[in-house]
This record gives sequence, structure tokens and C-alpha cells, in this order.
Amino acid sequence: MPKTLFEKVWDAHVVVEENDDTPAVLYIDLHLAHEVTSPQAFTVLAERGLPVRRIDRTLATMDHSTPTTPVSTLKDIDVVGPSAAAQIRKMIDNCKAFGIPLRDFDSDERGIVHIIGPELGATQPGKTIVCGDSHTSTHGAFGALAFGIGTTEVGHVLASQCLLQRKPKTMAVNIEGDLPNGVTPKDLILAIIGELGVDGGTGHVIEYRGKAIENMDMAGRMTICNMSIEAGARAGMIAPDDVTFDYLRGRKLAPSGDAFESAVAKWRQLKTDDGAMFDKTITIDASTLSPMVTFGTNPGMVTAIDKPLPDKPADGSWDRAFEYMQLQPNTPIAGTPVDVVFVGSCTNARLPDLKATADILKGRQVAHGVRMLVVPGSQQVKKEAESLGLDKVFMDAGAEWRESGCSMCLGMNGDTVASGSLSVSTSNRNFEGRQGIGARTVLASPATAAASAIAGCVADPRDFAGQREEQRP
Amino acid sequence: MSGFSQIRSHTAVLNRNDVDTDQIIPARFLTTTSRQGLGKSAFADWRYLDDGEEDPSFELNQPHNRGAEILVAGRNFGCGSSREHAPWSLTDFGFKAVISSEIADIFRSNSLKNGLVPVIVDKAMHERLLAQQHDVLIDLESRTIAIMENDEPIANASFEIDNFSRFCIMQGTDQLGFLLSQMPAIEAFERARGDYEQ
Ligand code: SF4
Repeated sequence: MPKTLFEKVWDAHVVVEENDDTPAVLYIDLHLAHEVTSPQAFTVLAERGLPVRRIDRTLATMDHSTPTTPVSTLKDIDVVGPSAAAQIRKMIDNCKAFGIPLRDFDSDERGIVHIIGPELGATQPGKTIVCGDSHTSTHGAFGALAFGIGTTEVGHVLASQCLLQRKPKTMAVNIEGDLPNGVTPKDLILAIIGELGVDGGTGHVIEYRGKAIENMDMAGRMTICNMSIEAGARAGMIAPDDVTFDYLRGRKLAPSGDAFESAVAKWRQLKTDDGAMFDKTITIDASTLSPMVTFGTNPGMVTAIDKPLPDKPADGSWDRAFEYMQLQPNTPIAGTPVDVVFVGSCTNARLPDLKATADILKGRQVAHGVRMLVVPGSQQVKKEAESLGLDKVFMDAGAEWRESGCSMCLGMNGDTVASGSLSVSTSNRNFEGRQGIGARTVLASPATAAASAIAGCVADPRDFAGQREEQRP
Repeated sequence: MSGFSQIRSHTAVLNRNDVDTDQIIPARFLTTTSRQGLGKSAFADWRYLDDGEEDPSFELNQPHNRGAEILVAGRNFGCGSSREHAPWSLTDFGFKAVISSEIADIFRSNSLKNGLVPVIVDKAMHERLLAQQHDVLIDLESRTIAIMENDEPIANASFEIDNFSRFCIMQGTDQLGFLLSQMPAIEAFERARGDYEQ
């Protein structure tokens, strides 16, 4: 029977089939752990006297509550406040106690968990990957089945390397046409979420298909899969191809030599067979898209930057969002004054994202009164960006250049947006208070964020010359 | 976690759609390393005024909603972040069930592991529940909910909950024991892949 990509990966990991009474036991190839969603799971293991069953399948780092200022001694973490600092110390202690190697502050492999997995080559096609974090969907860009879990399940994986799961449904998102110049993967995924709504993917694993996806680099594919959860989906996947294999070749934790070539031969089988059925299919025309931004308090409230905002629905369901955002229906969002610009997060803090930002900032100045923060996704990205001189471009323009971490994406480490301030952010969530109590978030691509920083208001990046064509591989 | 098979309570109604887990418990409360005591942080940004006093206009602060064990929420409750702190804070607040026409996947899965029963009903029943204040009876054994008036059901609906999660909630047992009992199969799976190292 023809199978979808998802079904191939799922079937290869079923240890015990599901039945009416019990869910499937699903084997997990790679478990990513971070400081926020693991402490209570380690406590359960300690209480029951259980070891971590497969340390070799566990990759641990710290990213959410960590400072983005340099940490040379453990005292330097205190800037994040006593409770966050205690959580970081707990992670260090737990990893020591259970024998898990930790990508700690002294490691140049530390970074946002969804950035370092691929960067190290730990993320590979056909793997099952989980993490106590909903943006685990990012890793699906490699043809892995990757999804977020809660802390109880983190404990399950630590103790057994397995999860109890019911098989999700499948959805194909077919992208027709090419992305126009100046329109990026972030704009495409925002348009898809706008189309599906924030619950359109509930219960489903999405597979993104079409020429625009095939022509995309891995950074763009990760941006797409990353935000699958914003449409409510369990996971997002893209079939691996030569772009994937070229990205992985030579990475530290990827197979090497002959083993890599035989892995590639296996990975090539990981695509949806002709005639395989999806439970649901939607089609999006990429060729007519403009740069997209959000205007409300969930990621489904999306508009093209060059169009007026939509009308409020009669049922009043958007009233609160418009009021919170201090925006008016039927008026353009472009031109809205901006206080903060954040370039960072697991959605858009890889090297190509920083290059796109720098291309617009180069030789220009961040507008007076605007604070711009550029936070690389990992220490590795930071090093690469600095070797290209991007740090200088950012700082010359008046932006702040930081150590890696989640930072202002969720404001757990003190990097927050003040109440009432408007932030144009390359992250993935514009929920009320996400970036700080009362913060107003507009989600956008790195190019739109950079253009808005210079203009001092929400701005169309196509109006700024010197933009690279980041879509051409 | 103690088991139960029925919940009967008046309902607290939070008629807002797409309530995400950042609203259920904002990120600044996630620096805890414990799962206890999170009830006071539930809905913190909606529940309290700047001076720390309760905001009387927030639904759950209103007298008729207080003390409810059942939360009736708008469509797509619990979307966003995977934080299990969300169900931890709701159970500590006093809820044993959440009813909506749609509940987000990860939140639903986390709830089932913490004795918070996620109940998905159709649109008509949902609208009725959003608009009323009678007691509601949730029965896990028969997988039904009923709106009660003077001890008589005036409206019924069934809901889906998988046998395994239902069993665990009714017994008050966690799921890890079952998973660990599958260890021989897990080891055999690893051996078959040439990846068994113990
Ligand atoms: S960058 Fe933001 S979305 Fe990504 S893992 Fe960190 S907090 Fe979560």
C-alpha cells in the first residue's frame, strides 16, 4: 500500500501496536532536553530510582532562561533573576546526577535546542525526535517525525526511550508556484497559518510539498516546519532531498564516510509514495504572496503588509485583539510606529536569517528611539556571523548583538518588551504578554524586521534596496 | 493524584476563543522546578491588576464562577506552548475538567496525564454550556456529560476519551508504570535494530 512520508517514519518506530485499550508504544531516536520543561521529570526519575535509559539518545542544553549577556563564571547567570538562575543550576545538577552531557555555557555547541540539533547533525531524516517544547516541529524539515511533548512525557522518554501515542492524522499542504522576489519562507508560513487558522492543523501531521519548498534552503524549510504548531499541527515534515543531504554531510553527529552514503540511500526512500492518501489537503499559491505580518494576538491573524487590515468579524471575536494591539481595522499596518525590533528565536536566528537582516541594515541606521536586539540562534551561528563581519554591521547600525538563546521570544531571561510597546519580532508567537506584560507583538520575517527598524515603523522590506535573494540556493 | 469517575460541579465560563498556554500561565512563572503551587499564577495577566489585587472584571474572579471544578472555555483552548505548567496550574486552581468545542493537542495530552479531563463537545452543546450556570455532571464510566437541573439531566452529550487515559484517571495512576512494563518489547525492538547496548 502506498504510504505517506509520515506513515513510513511512524511505522518504523512502532514497538507495540495501538489497540482499543492502549496507545502505541513509539520508539524515540532523539530526545532534546532543556532547563524549563525537564526538572520535574528528573524529579520523577529520582523518586522512583530510575536511570536515564539512553544517555546516547539524549541531547541537553540550556536556552530558555539563559542570559544573552556573556557568562564566564556561574555568577554571571544571576542577571536573569534568582528563580531563573536556580533553574539553570538545577539543569546542571540534574545532568551531572544522571550522567547526561550538557551543552553548557563553556560549550561552543550551546544554543536554542532546535537550532543546535540540526547544526550538530543530530537531526536526521527518518528519526523520531521529541523535546519538551512545541517547536520541536522544526526538525521535521529533515524528514524526521518531530513533535513537542509535556514534562510527564519527558520523564517517559528519559526512563524508557519510548512514548505512548495515538497515531495522528495527515495533512498535505501543497505550495504552488514560486515565491516572488522579496518574499521569504517566513512570509509563506505566516500565509499558510492565516489560511489554516490557529486550529486548522489540530490532530494532524502536516507535509509541506511543492516546488517552492524544493527550491528552499534548509534554513527556510526549518522556518516553515517550526511554525506548524502555530496552525495547531502536531508536526510538520518535508521530504529529504539533496539539499538535506548536502546540509548534513560532514556535521559532527551525522554518519561519516561510507556510513553517510548508505544512510543517504535509505533516506532517499523517505518520500510520500504516489497514490498515498492524506486525511486533508490544502493548496496555497505562493506566487501571489507579499511580505506578511501579524496584526492580532494569535499567529492566525495575518495580513499582507501592503494591504489594509481586515474588518472585524461581526461576532466580536477580534475586538479584544484589535484593542490590545491598538490597531484599527481597514487601515494599513505599514507605518505603525515601532519601539522594539527583535531578530532571533528558533524560527529565524540561523545564519541566512542574520544575513538577510544585515543586507538591509548595512550602511543604514536603526531609527531614533527604536531598540533593536539581534540574538543568534546558537553560539555556532554567532561565530559564523562574526567571521562574516555581520556583528559589526548590526552594531554600526545601532543594534545590540548578543549571546545565543531564546531571549525576547518569550522573555524568561529578562529580555522583555515594555508594556504597551510595539515589537516587530522574527519569533513565532504574538500572544498577549508573550514578550513581556502588555507587549504588542507583530510577527515578521528578518527582512521586514530590519526594514521596520530603519523606518521606525512597520515597513515593507521591498522598499529597501540591497536586499539579497535569499531564496535561491 | 487520586482517582475519580465522576465530577459534579457548577461551571466557570471563560468565553474566549484560542486561549493559549501563555495566557493560562505566563512564561515568567515557568522558572519553577516544582509542579506544586501554580494555581495562584493561573491566568495571572488577566486575573490580577497592576497592584496585585484581583481584577473584578475577569471572568474567573466573578462570584458565580468561583469554586467551580469544571471550566467551560471558548474554542481551541490550550493552544501554543507545550508547557505542562498549564494543566498543573489549572488543577491546583481547583479544576478537574475543561470543556470546549476544540482543545489543542499537546494541552489535551498533558491534561490527561494530570487528572484534568478534557471534554470536547459539539457546537450546539458548547454554546449551551457557555450560556448557562447549572451544575454539570461528567461521568467517565459512560463518557457522558449532562447539564443538571434539580438533580435531573436536562441535556446530555457523549464525549471521547481513550480507554487507557480514562483508566489511569479513574484509578489515579500514572502512565509510566504501564510503559515500563513494556520494557521487554522495547529491548527486543532495539535488538532487532542492532541498537541494544545493555
Ligand atoms: S526561541 Fe522561542 S519558540 Fe523557540 S524554543 Fe525558544 S522560547 Fe520556544
